[in-house]
Amino acid sequence: MTAALPPYRRDGMQAHPPRDHAAYRSTALRHPKQPLLPLPHSMTELTQPMLGTGAIGELDHDLTQQHPGEPIGERIIVTGRVLDGNRRPVRDTLVEIWQANAAGRYIQKEDQHPAPLDPHFTGVGRCLTDNDGRYRFVTIKPGAYPWKNHLNAWRPAHIHFSLFGTAFVTRLITQMYFPGDPLFPYDPIMQSVREESDRQRMVARFDMETTEPEWALGYQWDIVLRGPETTPPDPDEDH
Amino acid sequence: MAAVDQPRPIRAQAEGIVMQELTPSQTVGPFFGFALPFPEGPIVAPAGELHIVGTVYDGASQPVPDALIEIWQPDATGTFPTEPRPDGFRGWGRCGTDADGHFGFQTIKPGPAEPGSAPHIGVVVHARGILHHLVTRIYFPDENAANAVDPVLSRVSGERQATLIARPDGDVLRFDIHLQGDHETVFFDV
Ligand SMILES: [Fe+3]
Repeated sequence: MTAALPPYRRDGMQAHPPRDHAAYRSTALRHPKQPLLPLPHSMTELTQPMLGTGAIGELDHDLTQQHPGEPIGERIIVTGRVLDGNRRPVRDTLVEIWQANAAGRYIQKEDQHPAPLDPHFTGVGRCLTDNDGRYRFVTIKPGAYPWKNHLNAWRPAHIHFSLFGTAFVTRLITQMYFPGDPLFPYDPIMQSVREESDRQRMVARFDMETTEPEWALGYQWDIVLRGPETTPPDPDEDH
Repeated sequence: MAAVDQPRPIRAQAEGIVMQELTPSQTVGPFFGFALPFPEGPIVAPAGELHIVGTVYDGASQPVPDALIEIWQPDATGTFPTEPRPDGFRGWGRCGTDADGHFGFQTIKPGPAEPGSAPHIGVVVHARGILHHLVTRIYFPDENAANAVDPVLSRVSGERQATLIARPDGDVLRFDIHLQGDHETVFFDV
């Protein structure tokens, strides 16, 4: 039997959007109306599958190298650290990303936006974080795209991120946005997050240090997942 | 559950660590089918003879064709896998819903993960229109005695309990998920 694991912190959870957000029309019939039942954290919630080990391809982190030719668009580097709520790095955790191409079109057949597909761009990446909790992707800056939520609705450019973290309760699917996008105030998905300070944590920072000469612009974006209420001393950390 | 219920000091607070500044959740969107599902995703246990199937419904009782279901469970002894196993049991599965809102997993029946808890499978529901994923559990219809004393299930009112218990359907177990409406599934605040 595994030793008792600490539950995860419940503070800060109001950063997540309410599930009933009328401006995002699809939420109307897809949010529960009954109150959620509080669930004490048991083994099911406190454990987590090890995903990705041995299954990450050499080019999975580089979305510009997955086809014989180069994709069209602005080559970018997106990197950052996955941290828990106690500012500890989350190591060896699977990070999955997916996105539209530079023209704002997904390869998925349901996407009918009349913008060109790029035969050299799939828009799917995966990597594991390193010992510092760091991930790194090379990709193409995605374009904004229209959607049918309301008249003249456009999504700001974004990259979808999926993370697992250290427990079933740290699961997170989110979106990374680009700084200065004029579409932010018009986007009900981004605006579903109540506080501006919380919304800002979804916006990457342009970073000259990450930018590589003659090659690609660099963006830094840290992701913070829930942390446990108590943390064992970290052997890799100076105290 | 004893370990979970007893009060414990919150060291993060004791150490003066500030409130968690979490990265907010956002919807998985409508276009994830080319990225997240993978062929082995629904195979939690390659030799498993338990098939769990279901349909995701919205508040108008319409099937949801763009949902992604993920499950997490221990093995038959109640142990969660911490590394790849020779028999391929992974404990975890992922399945996107099809055009009719259907999903399905091939697995084994889990054992109880803790003394006093009934066998169950953790479930996460992502979809277009879900800004922050939903969490529920699958319990088993042949576990009446254990279900009756399970510390989570026993706190759910009688008629809503049924939404958490899979039901036999021919050779498979069926676990439909109703995001809203008269048959709304019980979802948990984790
Ligand atoms: Fe998108």
